Amino acid sequence: MIAFKPVLLWSDLLLLLLLAAIAASGAWASRQEHLRAAWARVGRSRSGMAAATLLAAFVLVGIVDSMHYRTLLPGKDGKPGAYSVEVNSALDALLAGLRNRTEKTYSAPLATHLYAKESVEGPEGSAAGREFPRLKHGGAHLGAELDRHSADVAASAFRGLALGLAAWLPLAMVFAILKRRRPGTAWEAVSATLLTLALLGGPAAALAGGYHVLGTDKVGQDVLYLTLKSIRTGLLIGTLTTLIMLPAAVLLGILAGYLGGWVDDLIQYLYTTLNSIPGVLLIAAAVLMMQVLIDTHPEAFATAADRADARLLALCAILGVTSWTGLCRLLRGETLKLREMDYVQAARAFGVGRLAIMLRHILPNVMHIVIIALVMDFSGLVLAEAVLSYVGIGVDPNTVSFGTMINAARMELAREPMVWWSLAAAFCFMFALVLSANLFSDAVRDAFDPRMSHR
Amino acid sequence: MLAYVVRRVLYAIPILIGVNLITFALFFVVNSPDDMARMQLGVKRVTPEAIQKWKAERGYDKPLAWNAEAAGLAKVTDTIFFAKSVRMFAFDFGRADDGRDISREIRTRMVPSLAVAVPVFILGLYVSISFALLLVFFRATYLDVGGVVLCVAMMSISSLFYIIGGQWLVSKVWHLVPISGYAGGLDAVKFLVLPVLINVIAGIGSSARLYRTLFLEEVNRDYVRTAMAKGLPELTMLFRHVLRNALIPILTGVVVVIPLLFMGSLITESFFGIPGLGSYTIDAINAQDFAVVRAMVFIGSCLYILGLLLTDLSYTLVDPRVRLE
Amino acid sequence: MSLLKVRDLSVAIGPVRPVQQVSFDIDEGETFALLGESGCGKSMTALALMRLLPAGGRLTGGTVVFDGTSLRELPETGMRRVRGGRMAMIFQEPGTSLNPVMTVGAQIGESLALHHGMTGVAARERAETLLAAVGIPDPARRVDEFPFQLSGGMKQRAMIAMALAGEPELLIADEPTTALDVTIQAQVLDLLAELKAARRMATLLISHDLGVVARMADRVGIMYAGQLVETAPRADFYARPAHPYARRLFAALPDVRLRGTALATIPGSVPSLDRPLCGCRFAPRCAEAREICRREVPDWTFLAQGHAVRCHFPATGARSSGVPAPAGESVAAEAPAPLLEVEELRVHFPIRRGLFRRTVGHVRAVDGVSLRLVRGRTLALVGESGCGKTTAGKAVLRLLPATSSFLRLDGQEIGDLPESRLRPFRARMQMVFQDPFGSLNPRLRVGETIAEGLRALKGRGAEARVGELLEAVGLPGAMAQRYPHEFSGGQRQRIAIARALAVEPELLVCDEPTSALDVSVQAQILNLLRDLQKRLGLAYLFITHNIAVVDFLAQEVAVMYLGRIVERGSVDEVLRNPRHPYTQALLAAVPAIEPSEVAPVRLAGDLPSPAAPPAGCHFHPRCPRAVDTCRASYPGETAFSASHTVRCHFPG
Repeated sequence: MIAFKPVLLWSDLLLLLLLAAIAASGAWASRQEHLRAAWARVGRSRSGMAAATLLAAFVLVGIVDSMHYRTLLPGKDGKPGAYSVEVNSALDALLAGLRNRTEKTYSAPLATHLYAKESVEGPEGSAAGREFPRLKHGGAHLGAELDRHSADVAASAFRGLALGLAAWLPLAMVFAILKRRRPGTAWEAVSATLLTLALLGGPAAALAGGYHVLGTDKVGQDVLYLTLKSIRTGLLIGTLTTLIMLPAAVLLGILAGYLGGWVDDLIQYLYTTLNSIPGVLLIAAAVLMMQVLIDTHPEAFATAADRADARLLALCAILGVTSWTGLCRLLRGETLKLREMDYVQAARAFGVGRLAIMLRHILPNVMHIVIIALVMDFSGLVLAEAVLSYVGIGVDPNTVSFGTMINAARMELAREPMVWWSLAAAFCFMFALVLSANLFSDAVRDAFDPRMSHR
Repeated sequence: MLAYVVRRVLYAIPILIGVNLITFALFFVVNSPDDMARMQLGVKRVTPEAIQKWKAERGYDKPLAWNAEAAGLAKVTDTIFFAKSVRMFAFDFGRADDGRDISREIRTRMVPSLAVAVPVFILGLYVSISFALLLVFFRATYLDVGGVVLCVAMMSISSLFYIIGGQWLVSKVWHLVPISGYAGGLDAVKFLVLPVLINVIAGIGSSARLYRTLFLEEVNRDYVRTAMAKGLPELTMLFRHVLRNALIPILTGVVVVIPLLFMGSLITESFFGIPGLGSYTIDAINAQDFAVVRAMVFIGSCLYILGLLLTDLSYTLVDPRVRLE
Repeated sequence: MSLLKVRDLSVAIGPVRPVQQVSFDIDEGETFALLGESGCGKSMTALALMRLLPAGGRLTGGTVVFDGTSLRELPETGMRRVRGGRMAMIFQEPGTSLNPVMTVGAQIGESLALHHGMTGVAARERAETLLAAVGIPDPARRVDEFPFQLSGGMKQRAMIAMALAGEPELLIADEPTTALDVTIQAQVLDLLAELKAARRMATLLISHDLGVVARMADRVGIMYAGQLVETAPRADFYARPAHPYARRLFAALPDVRLRGTALATIPGSVPSLDRPLCGCRFAPRCAEAREICRREVPDWTFLAQGHAVRCHFPATGARSSGVPAPAGESVAAEAPAPLLEVEELRVHFPIRRGLFRRTVGHVRAVDGVSLRLVRGRTLALVGESGCGKTTAGKAVLRLLPATSSFLRLDGQEIGDLPESRLRPFRARMQMVFQDPFGSLNPRLRVGETIAEGLRALKGRGAEARVGELLEAVGLPGAMAQRYPHEFSGGQRQRIAIARALAVEPELLVCDEPTSALDVSVQAQILNLLRDLQKRLGLAYLFITHNIAVVDFLAQEVAVMYLGRIVERGSVDEVLRNPRHPYTQALLAAVPAIEPSEVAPVRLAGDLPSPAAPPAGCHFHPRCPRAVDTCRASYPGETAFSASHTVRCHFPG
């Protein structure tokens, strides 16, 4: 038997599907002149390219975190072992060091001691009072030479910087060559973002070997590890939701706009009704009911990961249901306009069928709205996840996400002295993710929206 | 005009019925009442008797939509659908799990919700529009670019961080106002200042950016050029011409949420311990009190539909093209 | 004494330099017209004078001296006093140039308050006076109305009133009548002429229309590619235009005398203004260009008093007025079986009102139109906007559902065929649309667009014919691989014609195919359409408002008013000897480039709404001959010849 068994969660499958769809539409778009031109305009935007680079880094983490497997447990008494019920990802394997080096409870970033006092026993078994005990892993390599702490941190950080620079240099050269080939595209922004990433990531990686770079949380888990794990959840919510709602929104929007009549009335009624239920409440109700369904059918889920995954997908689906109406309405309005265009009339004069007209003449001309909506929704969904998880109607409490992290961390602000690092870490990563998504979507909108082009 | 209003009101009826059917399906068809009982009472150690009792307490022991055993009209009325869903049209929501009357609870909790939501709404609109107008006045300068960057940065921060950060800074570091809580009467002010302030700031980013886009769209129109050709100063042009025309699209997004202010805000109220409808909903969600969540869904939908109606009416106030046709 | 002196005015918008070293003077009470085709920089010149250039635009050189003050050096506050006060401007699109949420009175009042400190009752009274002065009936009521309550012509009058409010010494009118119908245009031009005479107001008129300029201007300046190339007193210019570009423009005008001949066209296109140009900028398109033209920028040559031209070899002779057409060209001896027969075509759109959206009435867009069209001939359907001519055209092709009609193509009834059985007939009748930018799908290659009809109606093997078709309309076949945005308006219109020709139709409905094009491009399209008709024996149902085009292209005319045909006949009958008062007024309203002595009949008022057409004869409220009979009954048909019929109680 092999040492591990790959696991394909439903969300992984959908993510694969999404990547395939993106690759396919990329190949298609490269043959469509107007789409190529629009993407080239995105490429010219410095902020857009910098944001895209940062996003790509996040996506990379998310993809690595989506390759799931179950390890083979050693068999007892010569019998073949069973596979572990714990589902891990490739990211877990890469960060095994971070994952396994758990402490007892809180410790500050780069600390060598725990954040809470504990009674320790004196050398002769007598109680020696309360003190901050040494961490099991953080700074363990220092041994007794605690005065070397700052020097060691500085040295590691410096080593990390050098390493980061060394890793960046060949990439920078590649982009310099690209810049010479395609001077219009803002490769220098990509290069600069990568430099920033290298200069931040290098020291972090170097320090992570010996310390908890961002500290540990209540149960002693490494915060850096948790934040990296949160990325996948945010990305999935931001993309799968759109993937789920897109077909319905596009189909119904175009049908309503082009066919009119009772079809239009029906679709309008449908989205007005769905829209009139306040989103949070609809999500709350649906997630509650989904939880009941999951809890009362434990036999359907082999592992805890499966259950958490089902809840995540349910959340994506219900977020999709609450958010497709906006896009649908936009597409309906645009289709109503396009329907009266002369080229549609000309096609009708040739007796071209309705389906063919919608596919050839309407769909390509509303594509820019779809693309803009896709990237614009992303950041809002990532933010929504945090709020919903905080309220308790987001992802499964066992799923690591920005929302669950914030929820766990906010109680600790009241502690004296304050535990600030989990919150700060979640804030920084989330801000970086959402800001880059916002900047990227701005660049995309400017490039695709015909009304923006003349400004 | 009147016919228009009446028609809009009539149109609301099928929508409300649709909402009602959706909630009914969500709460009773996706999961049977048995499942809900099992879930609430703990999946493992639950007896059929306990389930029966749980259902009877809540009136879930009837057939879903058709009572074959009952006689006459009771075939329809003595069902969960009639008792739980149709009754809602009379704003009869029954009792919560803790035995309190939901309708009464809603009436008392409305006031604190409004005390936060209304100032946030008015102040937020005022600040965002002013900021957007400022950016438009300085359009195509570095001030404008900087303002937009600030907006994008501000809208990239989760509302949770605004609240946590604000509470920490204002209440814990500066000790200016209590960190959370609520009191009736004028005492409420010291509890309300912080949540209102934080919510206004949290909203500036996205709304100011949206309004700026709307204003810029108007600035590029022909009638603005005509106004400038009269020799109007730029500021007069912005306030008299651009603002009034941009109000029309702004209203679409704004008026619809006015009735929803009654519902309060889930996050703000739970963070600040304000006993409004938002925290009521959150508590119900956490306690899995289905009756309360169902009631809130229905009320929320009614208020949204009211908002749509108000939006239509508000057009007639600002847009003469609608008013006079 | 010059009121306005412009010297070497130059404007840049980013890398584009739309105005380069333009110099002219305007005297007090004089009308100076800047004439040129779209994109020549005439509007930008006007905006530069007002210092209202669009974002990114700036004055890069030259001086503007207005009544002794240099406007370029004026601070913004001082300029605001000039703007609207001493120098007012009216714009092309009255529909979008007025603030939709402010009353007309309030918008006039703004100007009064700014420049005369007038507010309250005084301002209101003044606004009423101004509205009355621009010929708006019932000004006391109109002053409180919003722009959407006024018709297009009224909006333009209100805009003029607004401009007059500051009592300007100079009025800049940027294409003031381009968006208006010809009868309304005539009214507005009369108004501008009266105002000029009464107030001794100088006017800078910007226009592309040789007719409008001939009617209004004292002096004319021709612009080409950002430069002024010729200035002259009006009479001199119209008699002896000196610049080859100007002469070509005149020759490109369609005219009855050119029937049967090809119109002159200008090859090539206007050079793009974002890079430096050497030599004469018209040289690449000029038939008379020689070596020196391409090398050296021509300096001004003075020909006569006030007549100067920027050309190395200016023409000196009088403008030829065209050769009279051979009389009785292609009059079909005995009318063969008609290709298209339309009887009693009606297209009514329901008006829904009230609680349950009940149908309370109908917009009678087309209300009983009958047409007959023979192979190889052109029937022009003429009328002003809103008369239903486009709706009629689309209903003939069954792109709109007709309320009732008998529609026969080549003797076969197609009016009530279901869409599936209509398909074979679709190949036999096609359409060319008005807007060259809306008629091609921007996401499809031109080749795909042309092949669409072939594939839909003729099956496979479409791609092979695309190149052939493109060449048939005068474009290289290789262009099939390109997208529409790479083509100019005229080229797009050629592509649209190629698309229609692909399925080898017998009938082509042309809906104002040239009205969005410049004169020189229009000439190319008209030539093409006529060639195609000769070669392929096509029948055209040509929908237009342009009488000159009708005269040039059509054999038969039908004049439409409010959904009905009021007069029909051969071109000579209807255009030379119009009997219906509407036709007469329509013809008289067209501004002619030749001076004419006849006092024209002017129509009062606007086109009524087709939702509530006037009782009796639809035309009676605007008709000078109307009597009680006209108010009571719709007139029957009066025949003047086998082909010439009129629907009027008192045809004259």
